[in-house]
Amino acid sequence: MMPLTRQKKLVHEAGARIHHFHGGLQLRHHKKVSCGDPVARPPLPELLAVPMLQHAGNAATPLVRAGESVLKGQPIGRCTPCAQIHSPVSGVVEAIEDRLITHPSGKTGKCVVIRPDGKEQWVDLKPISDWKSASPESLIMQMQDCGLAGLGGAVFPTHRKARDGRESQIHTLVLNGAECEPWISCDEMLMREQPDKIVLGARILRKVLGARHVVIAIEDQMGAVESALSRAAECAECQNISVVKVPKIYPEGGERQLIQVLTGMEVPLGGRPSQLGMVCQNVATAAAVADAVVEGKPLIERYITVTGHGIVNPRNFLALFGTSFSHLVGLCGGYTQDVARLVVGGPMMGYPVASDASPVVKASNCILALTFDDISDTQVEMPCIRCGECARVCPATLLPQQLFAQVKNELWAEAAEYGLAACIECGCCDVVCPSHIPLVEWFRFGKGEQRKQAREAEASELARKRFENREARLTKLKLERAEKMQRRKRMLKDKSGQQDRIKASIERARNRALKHAASNPEGPTDDT
Amino acid sequence: MTRSFPTGAAPHVAPQTNVAGVMLQVLLALVPGVLAYAWFFGPGVLIQIMLATVFALFFEALMLRWRKRKLKPFINDYSAIVTAVLFALCIPPLAPWWISCVAMLFAIVFAKHLYGGLGQNVFNPAMVGYVVVLISFPQAMTAWIPPLFLSEVELGLSTVLVTIFSGQVAIAGGWDTITQATPLDLLKTGIESGRLLPELSESPVFGQLGGKGWEWIASGYALGGIYLLYKRVIGWQVPTAVIASVIVLSLPAWLIDPATNPDPLQQVFSGAIVLAAFFIATDPVSGCVSNRGRLVFGIGVGLITLVIRRWGGYPDGVAFAVLLMNMTAPMIDRYTRPRMYGE
Repeated sequence: MMPLTRQKKLVHEAGARIHHFHGGLQLRHHKKVSCGDPVARPPLPELLAVPMLQHAGNAATPLVRAGESVLKGQPIGRCTPCAQIHSPVSGVVEAIEDRLITHPSGKTGKCVVIRPDGKEQWVDLKPISDWKSASPESLIMQMQDCGLAGLGGAVFPTHRKARDGRESQIHTLVLNGAECEPWISCDEMLMREQPDKIVLGARILRKVLGARHVVIAIEDQMGAVESALSRAAECAECQNISVVKVPKIYPEGGERQLIQVLTGMEVPLGGRPSQLGMVCQNVATAAAVADAVVEGKPLIERYITVTGHGIVNPRNFLALFGTSFSHLVGLCGGYTQDVARLVVGGPMMGYPVASDASPVVKASNCILALTFDDISDTQVEMPCIRCGECARVCPATLLPQQLFAQVKNELWAEAAEYGLAACIECGCCDVVCPSHIPLVEWFRFGKGEQRKQAREAEASELARKRFENREARLTKLKLERAEKMQRRKRMLKDKSGQQDRIKASIERARNRALKHAASNPEGPTDDT
Repeated sequence: MTRSFPTGAAPHVAPQTNVAGVMLQVLLALVPGVLAYAWFFGPGVLIQIMLATVFALFFEALMLRWRKRKLKPFINDYSAIVTAVLFALCIPPLAPWWISCVAMLFAIVFAKHLYGGLGQNVFNPAMVGYVVVLISFPQAMTAWIPPLFLSEVELGLSTVLVTIFSGQVAIAGGWDTITQATPLDLLKTGIESGRLLPELSESPVFGQLGGKGWEWIASGYALGGIYLLYKRVIGWQVPTAVIASVIVLSLPAWLIDPATNPDPLQQVFSGAIVLAAFFIATDPVSGCVSNRGRLVFGIGVGLITLVIRRWGGYPDGVAFAVLLMNMTAPMIDRYTRPRMYGE
């Protein structure tokens, strides 16, 4: 825990001065191309396929059956620790089947396929109109019922973050609007078009967390955003909400880096921002909180950027979950000739999808179509020359070249010591590597191996415990038996009363036999 | 209608540099120093560079073939050429041709490929090659000619070629008429024989900072080094540590007894300190990886060089210093791991 004096100081400090984080990269922005048109709702697609798995962890269980009609906003997937899933339209469930889902694993998964009826008939919404007097717990329940999850990409359930936050002493809520990956502009568009909703969501979250301050962090090049948000934050009840511009260095939008930029402090290794009295939420999540609480609307749509050199007319949409990428790309004029790869998210940390049949989900902030020139993956991989560029740009101050050698040679203890688990997979090292070594891929593999080993260690520890318990049990039994024998022997030696005991036992046996004969009139059977 | 796409791992960004690019920058940065060197010492310098390059590429190709590696990406990475050029800049301009051959054999075959090739060598290949021939062929390796403006004999291109390829000087009087002690040789033998610096420095071989001509060559290397710093091919840690440690460590001795100890700037601009600071000790493969480690490495190079210059058997000790520090690099790395975020 932080000493209290330091925390108090922090309250006044967060965002007051801009600090730096180690490394990072200056990347070309490419954001303007998709910010030209206002954000539009695409026309309803013919079919929507809503995946039951939208994040790391377990999939939700479908609550509807094929043939059933659903209303817009009706829960269709339930999942206990994770976020609920709601129908994005009113219509008929056509099937519940395995389809390509939008997930880093690239696997298929259970999807609820809905054919919209075009009526857009909402389920009964239950807004909390007077949120200011509502209890924090009821607000958290509302977030849970509305299926809110972090829209920055990790899709961590908002109600769990809020509950975790309530348990720590939170003084500052940080809204992350520093969209540091190139190309993505959905948060920027949201902040331009819905600043009031974001500020309202921030106030609700602040109340839930019991925090005092809100810092909305945006990139220093977002001029239009700054004025819009500042205006929105001028309301009578908007004290202690500040808009802070942070320098555009990738990955300053990473939670840990953003906190370092705002406070100069580092989130402890393996810890959470709440240990510093802070909670980070994406601006889009804040807007979704406002929708969920004030209007009772569940999370069924999101701002999404469709962009890249591979798209004819890049732009942003407010798309319903389950809408296929191809539907959106079609509305952007389709692909250019030289499109080579389709990525969900940004070029640095996004994951590729094998088909544009993939549906929009809570985590999809951007559909990025890249050309051969963008990725140029024909370059030969060379051995590491230990130039140290990777260490220079690493925001986690790791030594990627050492980690690479350790992971490659499966030196897991060393890799752990050198902080493999602290890698945020931002991709900076990968981009600057003159030998073109796919470092992040190696680190992901290494982390997977470490997790596997941890699981195995846990399992073998369990097996060991079980074995030891069994041994102990057997020994105990043996001892007990030995003691019984001893007792018997002692009793045999003890002549007095022995005859009585024999007689008594003969008597008992006879009684038993008689009883048996009485209940079995056809005579004794073998099974006694 | 849907469309499928081939996938690939993040980041989906074209790489910014490549190994060949890094090595080319190093070669480019050596140009001013090489030009100054050739200006003062004649065409022999360029011929040595060419010879070493040819031998280095020959052994590189041979080893790649033998180790069943792809020839093209590795021959084209310029790393063998960097090794060759750095070596050629350390040897006397009129050294016989087979010196390069032996040195490159040890540099490329033994120091580089037998350790696993590019990126795997524990020792700096150029320095391994140099030290092998320095110890094995002391006569050929100490036959330095003076800068051209101090030389009494005219050394034309044909004389130079004949000398290098036959090992015989095609001038009456042979080697003795064209060779001369280097400034560092003079200092060492002079001081050891009890003469004092003020007297020694009246010799025409000394200039303002180091040896006449030599100081300009060192300045050329420094210029190239600053270019590498600007281009971020090398970090500031190693060059700063080497030069600063030489200055700081030689300063007290000079202050106490300027008659027997050269001044700090003379130490820096003599011999191979500047070349080593920017081009040799900065070799990433055989050096340290962390920034603090690189500082320690550089200080070690400066310190050991001074110790060898003062007490060792050789007038200059940069090559030995670099090799000794190469040995300690893994250990330095162990103790200088940077603090992780949040640690």
